[in-house]
Amino acid sequence: MYFESIGEALLMGGHGGFVWSAYGITFAVLTIALIRPLVSTRSLNATIRLRSARQSNLSEGDS
Amino acid sequence: MWRIVHQFGSPPWVYRFCDRVIPWLLPLTVVALLVGSAWGLLFAPTDYKQGDSYRIIYIHVPASVVALAGYYVMASAGLVSLVWRVKLADTAMRAAAPIGAAYTAIALVTGAIWGKPTWGAWWVWDARITSMLILFFLYVGVMALFEAYENKTIAARACAILSLVGTVNIPIIYKSVDWWYSLHQPASIKFTGSSAIDTSMLYPLLGMIVTFYVLFALLMMLNIKQSLTQEYAHSAWLHKRLND
Repeated sequence: MYFESIGEALLMGGHGGFVWSAYGITFAVLTIALIRPLVSTRSLNATIRLRSARQSNLSEGDS
Repeated sequence: MWRIVHQFGSPPWVYRFCDRVIPWLLPLTVVALLVGSAWGLLFAPTDYKQGDSYRIIYIHVPASVVALAGYYVMASAGLVSLVWRVKLADTAMRAAAPIGAAYTAIALVTGAIWGKPTWGAWWVWDARITSMLILFFLYVGVMALFEAYENKTIAARACAILSLVGTVNIPIIYKSVDWWYSLHQPASIKFTGSSAIDTSMLYPLLGMIVTFYVLFALLMMLNIKQSLTQEYAHSAWLHKRLND
């Protein structure tokens, strides 16, 4: 590591607040961008599976 | 060659492709992001002039570079959708817009945070920064325009036209630091000739740029898969795929 201690790495010579908040915001935005389509696809898939299960139940009931 | 082009126009093929690539690309990208950030934050040397605030470069530059590249992806998808009426092209165009908006927002916010300790101001109405703000509005504009129309075919066409018109902004962003007097520094990395940056800082930066590109591709696949699931919810191929 370039820094002597964890404390120094957090402080970054007085610029720690700027650097860490920039990384924090970036990771927050990227995490949202990643999770949003994953969650949405999962819930869509659940709806599709439920509907097709219901349909196959209905057609079984007919016969 | 034509077979490949044809495959990229086929929703089931593209869906299957995304489905296969995402499971290994997702963890790989997350690890690369964490390693690259740790490298830039903790292991790269301090800048002799700016001190440690320069470490924002490892996210600011990659986000900016890929925000611009992403616009080409969106505009060329828009062109294909407009000229050849390929439905998947407008799915790709719409998939690119929110990712581009996120990257541009990151570039603007990290730029502001970097500007404060370096220039003494969060924001200046400078050519580079203003043209990046316009880029952000173009991405958000495409997203909003698509939602504004009831008829999705017309919506896609309007979005394609907007993204093509917006291409004018791209060379302005590139050239803004040369054309106008600007606080923003010109590019330090050059493909021809030597870069104005030491290798101990250059390698983590290049690593992060590559990672941001790969992340863009990954997010594209996630968004495209999500759109296809929505659009083809009643199709037999999707049902078969989900029940396998």
